[in-house]
Amino acid sequence: MSATASRSRNRARTQEAWLLGCALFITAVGMVTVDLTLRDTITALTLRILSTLLGASVIAHIVIRIRAAHADPILLPLAVLLTGIGTAVIHRLDFADELRAINRGEPIPASKAGAQATWFVVGAALLALTLIAVRDHRRIQRYPWTLTLLGLLMVLAPLVPGLGRTIRGATLWVSIAGLSFQPAEIAKVVLTVGFASYLARHGRALGALRARFMRIPFPRPRDLGPLLTVWALSLSVLILQRDLGTSLLFFGVFVVLLYLATEQRSWPLIGLAMFSTGAAVAWWMFAHVQIRVALWLDPFVGDGTSQVALGLYGLANGGLFGAGLGAGYPQLVPFAESDFIFASIGEELGLVGCIAILMIYAVLVARGLKIANTVRDRFGLLLASGIATVLALQTFVVLGGVTRLIPLTGLTTPFLSSGGSSLVANFIMVGLLIRMSHAARSAATTPAAGPGFDVVSAPRHDMAQTTQVIELPNARNIT
Amino acid sequence: MNKQLGRLAIAFIVMLVALAMNLSFIQVVGADSIDSKAGNRRNLLREYSRQRGAILVAGRPIATSTATQDTLTHLRTYPDGPAYASVTGFYSFLYGATGIERAENSVLSGSADSLVVDRLQQLFAGRKPRGGAVSLTINPAAQEAAWKALRGRTGAVVAIEPSTGRLLAVVSSPSFDPNLLSSHDGTGIKRAYSDYLADPTQPMLNRALARTYPPGSTFKLVTAAAALASGKFNPESVLPGPKTYRLPLTTKDLNNWSRSQCGPGGKVTLAKALAISCNTAFAWLGNELGADALRSQARAFGFDFPVKVPMSAAVSRFPTNPDAPQTALSAIGQFDVRATALQMAQVGAGIAHQGVLMSAHLVDEVLGPDLSVLSRTTPRVFSTAMTAEHAQTLLMMMEGVVSKGTGSNARIRGVRVAGKTGTAQTQPGTPPHAWFVGIAPVQSPKVAVAVVIENGGGSAEVSGNRLAAPVARAVMQAVLSGK
Repeated sequence: MSATASRSRNRARTQEAWLLGCALFITAVGMVTVDLTLRDTITALTLRILSTLLGASVIAHIVIRIRAAHADPILLPLAVLLTGIGTAVIHRLDFADELRAINRGEPIPASKAGAQATWFVVGAALLALTLIAVRDHRRIQRYPWTLTLLGLLMVLAPLVPGLGRTIRGATLWVSIAGLSFQPAEIAKVVLTVGFASYLARHGRALGALRARFMRIPFPRPRDLGPLLTVWALSLSVLILQRDLGTSLLFFGVFVVLLYLATEQRSWPLIGLAMFSTGAAVAWWMFAHVQIRVALWLDPFVGDGTSQVALGLYGLANGGLFGAGLGAGYPQLVPFAESDFIFASIGEELGLVGCIAILMIYAVLVARGLKIANTVRDRFGLLLASGIATVLALQTFVVLGGVTRLIPLTGLTTPFLSSGGSSLVANFIMVGLLIRMSHAARSAATTPAAGPGFDVVSAPRHDMAQTTQVIELPNARNIT
Repeated sequence: MNKQLGRLAIAFIVMLVALAMNLSFIQVVGADSIDSKAGNRRNLLREYSRQRGAILVAGRPIATSTATQDTLTHLRTYPDGPAYASVTGFYSFLYGATGIERAENSVLSGSADSLVVDRLQQLFAGRKPRGGAVSLTINPAAQEAAWKALRGRTGAVVAIEPSTGRLLAVVSSPSFDPNLLSSHDGTGIKRAYSDYLADPTQPMLNRALARTYPPGSTFKLVTAAAALASGKFNPESVLPGPKTYRLPLTTKDLNNWSRSQCGPGGKVTLAKALAISCNTAFAWLGNELGADALRSQARAFGFDFPVKVPMSAAVSRFPTNPDAPQTALSAIGQFDVRATALQMAQVGAGIAHQGVLMSAHLVDEVLGPDLSVLSRTTPRVFSTAMTAEHAQTLLMMMEGVVSKGTGSNARIRGVRVAGKTGTAQTQPGTPPHAWFVGIAPVQSPKVAVAVVIENGGGSAEVSGNRLAAPVARAVMQAVLSGK
């Protein structure tokens, strides 16, 4: 390993350590502000949560140092920052829940912020495990069908009698031994890997075109098969589980990846047409979809207490600078710590805080796209952009819903929402990004660095089509 | 594929910009209009989050806020709930506020301009803003005496200090418990509210201020004042007081309550006519004076004028264009004449204060959160209803009502009391309303009181004396013994 590489690696990891420190400091300020505003003292829970976050972050950082030394230093800190801000806001809402329980004479509920910190440990552990288990991201493209099938099973698992749980009308939860989680969140990762693997191998073939319509070339009918399959899968999620968000997300990611893999504009157009058809069918078939659309058009209908309206009141109360942590009324918004956590942030941290959160997401997505742009293999490109798309789409759909830009669909806010499945899945995705980032950056600094980085001189698009490359994990293409 | 990645990035940027612009609209540009929507409970919670100032009577709170642990953070309580409910009103997160709670909300909630210095001090001291207090003119002895005397009856009492217009007692019966409506228990509030609404005795109706009644014979005070003002009559003027009075242009006869003539040969002096409440004489007098003279005298006493004390009182009315028989009936407080208990107390107060009517008011002082006095109400003249000389004459005539006329039950040992009874017919078949307007002591009046008891029972003029006069006496006694 050359001196340059070592120095750059050290610099990246030092930056990461500093940025992690900043993220944890901001989290600590948030948690302590909540405590001082609502309890006049720093609670033991806050100290426990902060030390948990610190410990897990340090471990994740050390694993990255060892296993992905060249990786982008900003990815982990941004994920930790979002999780930390989310935990502080959840902590603040815990106090409101506690107060409500006391007033109603009910038992005080367990701290969701504490649970979130525990889930962060699991997430960080799985991120580390991802880096340890996946030493080369190209290895995981070997099982497109297995992964897609696995993802499909996970999505549909809640429908299995005795296993699934229906909460708030959506059948998304699986309960095993008292622990419930949303397999769709994990499926999100599995399917993204599956889609990327499949398209890395067959994307080119799907790109063969025949007919032209309005000067845009359209694919052969038989190439529509995969897209129709995913469309059917998304519709079944929508119909069987009443989950608009997940359905939209899966379909959206597949269309984007199809577009990247084939480089044909017709795919997004076809995808849009199919989405519109699906949406129209859903609107026609389901009362709950009609209600969502009606409340989007007029959230203040009736006594003005629809979910969307309640979220908007919170955002409006926040104004430019927010009421301050602990000084607003985010508990008046339903699901304030999960689906509507952005409204809670908007109320107490204001437009400034909201824009800051948007910027963090934007940087995460931009780094994802940058990795896609620099990684040297087709699968890596598709996987990195797939992960960026999942993040971007999910954020847009849920924030757009809360802020009444689009109709509300139930989705968790990445990294912010209270809930383990979502947090863990997102950290695995960050782990994959870190893995690919390491590959891209170490290749950029040291073209022939390390064992197994044999360079195969071949055009990049050819690589994905040759299974030979996949079976040689050390093979590497440079365009 | 770089071109496609670029396009994807552009799509994401468009999404980001759309979110940011939309957020700017919600949180900044359109925030106020969203914030003020009906479904938003934050405005209410913000108001509750401040400690609301107390309502004080003689230094003692009749409404006070205490800190609670629930989301509304402060609970409003009323130590003497029902007795003062017609003054305090209630303060409910479901049904808003009434009474002083509503009229003085800006002070009590701390948002009044007069409290700006306090708000700044609290801001710099890092303390949560608190509301100012309001101290009332109510005399607790009079209020409680009136409340006790009205117990079990449907009616109202208003007592005024004639020289200042200070309201000493404002009681409506039956009453409600504002504690039930101001609690934080939503279902309890709703139940109490609907129960009160369904109650046929209308406990939430403020009979002292918000309800008008035909004033009956107490209106003869206004007619008598107009007669003196005309210059054509004095207490010794002899009026016709036959057994019946044929209403002009009709074939209807008006009777006296006694069913007999008011004096020997159907003749009676003005003073005697007032003392025995002679209907035929006053009906005749009304037509002699004319509707315009009656109306202008009534208006000088505050009829046809919207009054705030600071709650808005119902407007008392004199008919706009009565014909001759209607004028005759109006002169004895029937037909379309309508008056609140407050209005009739003001008539008494005007007569007692040498013809000068003071503006009736409830708020004595506005206090800061630290109970420092921010402002004090100075008595203001409302109108000059009579000359001092005529007022004195009428007061003497009213003393005759109590000492040798229909108002014998208002007599207080060792105190010169003036008064006027009244019995107002409503509909055939329902008992009339019993009235009494009292003033004491005659030589230097400290209190003017009006009492009305709805459908008091009995059909004769005596019901004013039998039912209303004892209540008035109790209130006057309470005021006098307290000073």
